[in-house]
Amino acid sequence: MSSSLIIGQYIPSDSVIHRLDPRSKIAVIFFYVVIVFFANSVMSYGVLALFALSSAVLSKVPFSYIMKGLKPVWFLVIFTFLLHLFVTREGEVAFSLFGWAVYEEGLIQGAAISLRFFLLILVTSLLTLTTTPIEITDAIEELLGPLKKVKFPVHELALMMSISLRFIPTLMQETEKISKAQASRGVDFRTGAFKDRVKAVVPLLVPLFVSAFKRAEELAMAMEARGYQGGEGRTKLRELKLERRDWLLFAVFILLAAVLFLTRS
Amino acid sequence: MDITFDHVSYTYQPNTPFEHRALDDLSFTIQSGSFVAVIGHTGSGKSTLIQHLNGLLQPTEGQVQVGPYTMKAGEKNKQLMKLRENVGVVFQYPEHQLFEETVEKDIGFGPQNFGVGQDEIKRRTKEAVQAVKLPEELLERSPFDLSGGQMRRVAISGVLAMDPEVLVLDEPTAGLDPNGRKEIMDMFYHLHQEKGLTTVLVTHSMEDALAYADHIIIMNQGKVYREGTPLEIFKQQQALEDVQLDVPEVVSFLKMARDYGLDLEYEGQTIAELAKEIALKVKGGGDHE
Repeated sequence: MSSSLIIGQYIPSDSVIHRLDPRSKIAVIFFYVVIVFFANSVMSYGVLALFALSSAVLSKVPFSYIMKGLKPVWFLVIFTFLLHLFVTREGEVAFSLFGWAVYEEGLIQGAAISLRFFLLILVTSLLTLTTTPIEITDAIEELLGPLKKVKFPVHELALMMSISLRFIPTLMQETEKISKAQASRGVDFRTGAFKDRVKAVVPLLVPLFVSAFKRAEELAMAMEARGYQGGEGRTKLRELKLERRDWLLFAVFILLAAVLFLTRS
Repeated sequence: MDITFDHVSYTYQPNTPFEHRALDDLSFTIQSGSFVAVIGHTGSGKSTLIQHLNGLLQPTEGQVQVGPYTMKAGEKNKQLMKLRENVGVVFQYPEHQLFEETVEKDIGFGPQNFGVGQDEIKRRTKEAVQAVKLPEELLERSPFDLSGGQMRRVAISGVLAMDPEVLVLDEPTAGLDPNGRKEIMDMFYHLHQEKGLTTVLVTHSMEDALAYADHIIIMNQGKVYREGTPLEIFKQQQALEDVQLDVPEVVSFLKMARDYGLDLEYEGQTIAELAKEIALKVKGGGDHE
């Protein structure tokens, strides 16, 4: 429960971003990820950042919380920046650091790449922060719908995804419970030699697997008892429907793309 | 071992939207050798409380003292292993923690972690198995081949084999049939008396609290709501109902009896004693007519 990783941590709220159709969110994020790679001027990066930041504000997710969740990836962002800074050998020498020449081009590229990285992670984590896992899998099932024509098991895939997503918190709780029980019996997960720590995992993994298999069996039985026979003819409780706000989002996004291509240098 | 909570607070996931204050400025003392029942509604902070008893959680504020061991907010305790050896915790559904190939190995797992010698482990295993009334033939079997009730007993013996001075029980009889419940609770009570253990029982069952505990702590929203002997606690039926808790059968029976004109005070009687008292009163009432 103390994990700082926010991927998959939905934060309930009733903001505009929350109420958007999950399909439009996924589609827009997909194309956003694509066009981020076309940006190459200050202005184009500016509009991209404006879009991402205003979505973050509209989502009403506390900004400090988003930042905290991005902590694990800060390292990557900074690492790519430094890599570009020191490896690129083009343009004028900007300044030298500990006898190592840093080129202007390296500075620019480093900044651009890390900004790209940051924007990508920001929008994708916004998706999981404002959309429940169930909505996401529903949307993926719909978006992949056309693949059914080529006998691709779209429904089964979506079901597998929602089941695994559904059981992540359950398994995490279970892990915490069992590790506490074993810690009470004197297992030390935190200190000791590497070999001992690997050995300490066995009393955790065995009970975890046993209960996961038990759960899987029970779930299968419960589904069968309620007449589940696969996707054929199955109706949905929540039908996805595009609203005015979704069309508005598309319009804004097309505008963004247009501005981006006009401001490219 | 005496257990003292001194203005203890605990907050889950601080500084996030999921922040939750589970214990709120909690102070109480448990005397060495007493049998204490902790009662409270789901989410009242009971589980968080017991995790402080063996250092699984560290207070966000305040200080917990268990015998010679102190856990203070913001300070690392270096004797955590010693503390855990002395405080045995039987969690809810403890059979979920079984993992070894044989029952014997699983029971010996705790003592082995605390560096107990092989001969001593053998002796303790035997003793623990006898205490929970498991047939010794089962020692060689895989714990996963046993029935649910037997697995529970194996898990409990695993904790008993640590030879703790404080025994913490988190609803140890959840999911057992009435016979099994009584057997297990009687067994814990027997051990409590025989070895002079300090016992902390978390339970939903008012009957168990009444039957075994000599001190009751009622929790509500992370605070101590009421505290006292079973007699003191169960006299306050209204206060208990205010936090959605029941009273034992005897007490609720007396309340109903009052509506029928039978005015008896609750003085800690058992059902049998009460029956006699009522019989006496009914007969006596007959004389006046």
